[in-house]
Amino acid sequence: MELKTFKQGIHPHYYKELTSDKAPINMPLPKEIVIPLQQHIGAPCKPLVSVRDEVRLGQKIGESQSFVSSPVHASVSGTVKKIEARPHPGGAKVNAIVISPSDGDQALPPPGPQKDATDLSPDEIKRAVKNAGMVGLGGAGFPTHIKLSPPKDKHIDTIVINGAECEPYLTSDHHMMLEAPEDIIYGTKLIMRATNAQQAFIGIEANKPRAIETLSRLVSQGDRITVIALDVKYPQGAEKMLIKAAVDREVPAGGLPMDVGVGVNNVTGTVVIARAVRDGLPVIERIVTVTGKGIKNPQNVRVRVGTPIRDIIEFCGGLTPDARKVIMGGPMMGIAQSTLDVPTIKASGGLLILTESEINDMQPHACIRCGKCVHACPMGLIPSKLGAFIERDMFDKIEAYNVNDCMECGCCVYVCPAKRPMVQWIKVGKAVLRARNARKN
Amino acid sequence: MEEHVFVISSAPHVESTDSIPQIMYTVVLALIPAMAASVIFFGVRALVLLVTCVASCVLTEYVFQRVRQKPVTLSDWSAVITGILLALVLPPGLSLFSAALGSIVAIAIGKQVFGGLGYNIFNPALVGRAFLQATFPVDMTTWVAPFSYAAGPDAVSAATPLGLMKMEGQTTAVIKLFIGNVGGSLGEASALAVLIGGGYLLYKKYIEWRTPAAYLGTVFVLGTLFWLIDGSKYPNPFFHLTAGGLMLGAFFMATDMVTSPVTPVGCWVFGIGAGLLVIVIRLFGGVPEGVMFSILLMNAVTPLINRYTKPKVFGERMRAKS
Repeated sequence: MELKTFKQGIHPHYYKELTSDKAPINMPLPKEIVIPLQQHIGAPCKPLVSVRDEVRLGQKIGESQSFVSSPVHASVSGTVKKIEARPHPGGAKVNAIVISPSDGDQALPPPGPQKDATDLSPDEIKRAVKNAGMVGLGGAGFPTHIKLSPPKDKHIDTIVINGAECEPYLTSDHHMMLEAPEDIIYGTKLIMRATNAQQAFIGIEANKPRAIETLSRLVSQGDRITVIALDVKYPQGAEKMLIKAAVDREVPAGGLPMDVGVGVNNVTGTVVIARAVRDGLPVIERIVTVTGKGIKNPQNVRVRVGTPIRDIIEFCGGLTPDARKVIMGGPMMGIAQSTLDVPTIKASGGLLILTESEINDMQPHACIRCGKCVHACPMGLIPSKLGAFIERDMFDKIEAYNVNDCMECGCCVYVCPAKRPMVQWIKVGKAVLRARNARKN
Repeated sequence: MEEHVFVISSAPHVESTDSIPQIMYTVVLALIPAMAASVIFFGVRALVLLVTCVASCVLTEYVFQRVRQKPVTLSDWSAVITGILLALVLPPGLSLFSAALGSIVAIAIGKQVFGGLGYNIFNPALVGRAFLQATFPVDMTTWVAPFSYAAGPDAVSAATPLGLMKMEGQTTAVIKLFIGNVGGSLGEASALAVLIGGGYLLYKKYIEWRTPAAYLGTVFVLGTLFWLIDGSKYPNPFFHLTAGGLMLGAFFMATDMVTSPVTPVGCWVFGIGAGLLVIVIRLFGGVPEGVMFSILLMNAVTPLINRYTKPKVFGERMRAKS
């Protein structure tokens, strides 16, 4: 079978074998759970509880009245110890609710009766998704209920479920597909129902044959769901690349998937939707791939949202002596952490620890114009040129070179023989343009 | 775990093993067949010329960077490549003084005055050669026959195949041009040897295939056209491909990363433009060979080519209004 894909991109080393056979294990509860009040794009939540309040598992503890926002929930039963600014995986300090778990039963309730997707109204589904605090689990954390509610002039006819997991090292989505394939199918049907989409595709990179087989076996004719094998290529799981591969539609530059009638949701997020609608469960736990040469026992662990990464690392045997970089997420787009005090958030699917020898400390050389970045860029940009402009503070030039179309996937930096940090520069360039536009308005 | 101090940097956190020294070193490896062929055909004299050029280039780079108090970048191998390429485009009989002078110009004027590797506009080796051609026009067009150095101290002078064609309308057998054993500069001795190295670089993806494809393709198509118009006046296309420095130019000079376009369409434009210039100069120009000028002229317009051949941005066709 011919594998579907997109143009350009890269073939990095994947290192998935470190954890691909490690079925997720439950991690015991940590001494404290830290729930940041912002785990999404949009308005931060206001706390609904106060210090010394008792909270129970799944209770909504933070909410915002703004449409672009997403509530947060207690991932354990216990006592609110503090509400204070704590380090956030995004880098800044963010207000967080610190909960001390109680000794009682902390198990998740068993699945409730499953209603047929067609017996539910689209609004019921969307409400359940919003109440569950569902956000895009790919990293940015865009609130899911907004993706399910296109404006009147946009119609979603196709749903694409993202099981590509193209980031090297990570296998949490893979294990989710093996562990809860029924929930993925059910969640897909719910999303189709909520958006009135006519068809759905579940795209999975071909390096996960067991997931492809398992899910293919579960879909039946009338479901209008197709499982497709995707070429193993980074960034296959980027929304625009995935849509191109799955349904051969090109999301307009500067546009959204709904502009071409498509809604995208990640597989783990799809499981969450199934559980939110069926069991009323918010995002309480998720699988985190703890991996890399810098951790003693790489494995997949099932952790409650808000677990400090220090506890996760301890549970996995601790850091090796030469561990030097702790990354929340994957190696291509993840965020390097300065402290182990940060908690996992809803969108944390990986914790990668790199060692001294794996860290590039080379000084960037002048661009030798080899063009490798131009051939790698899935968005059709000229990263070398953008980098050169921004390096010289020539911010006037970068809009014409489409800096805002960059999705910061990192392909250009990966292939660059001169080791030029183009993504870093581009982030700076975008920020400068944003600041200039803000001043103008 | 407190003893750990963590490194913070922007994503991505991993990168490929490609590096500038590795690319340059691989190019040096790919030039070994061409160097070997030149030594086989032109004897120790070729070796001496190669050593002179490489040593002069390396020394020039070192002195230049020390004087300007910049980091010395000899370990990136690029000065070595310039030395080898310059030697390969020189006639075997050129005096060592001229060769050294050409090397100094290549590195100092061709590369370092612009700021070093990555900033130069023109291919440094060709800058050196252009300088020598202007300064020592006679020496630069005095050729010796292959194997003549082995026979004795007095080399037998011989015309190049392109010279023979231009001056006397006489063509050389293509097979001889392909395998080697013809008069000319060191690297013109054997098209096959150059092709082996070029193939290796293509395989390693260190050169862009579009450039030599467009360059050789254009020469072949135009060569065929003129040959069909008048076969007695114009040589056949295979002669064009294998004679002179075209192979060396197509695989090792037009593909020079720094001085050729970065965009795929740009590589086609560069190759076609250079091919056109080669044919025009060879058939209608005042000199027999046009490879050097074709590449230097295209180097000059490369920034312009890059600007007008930007790739199509994903989703550009229906760009959302913002």
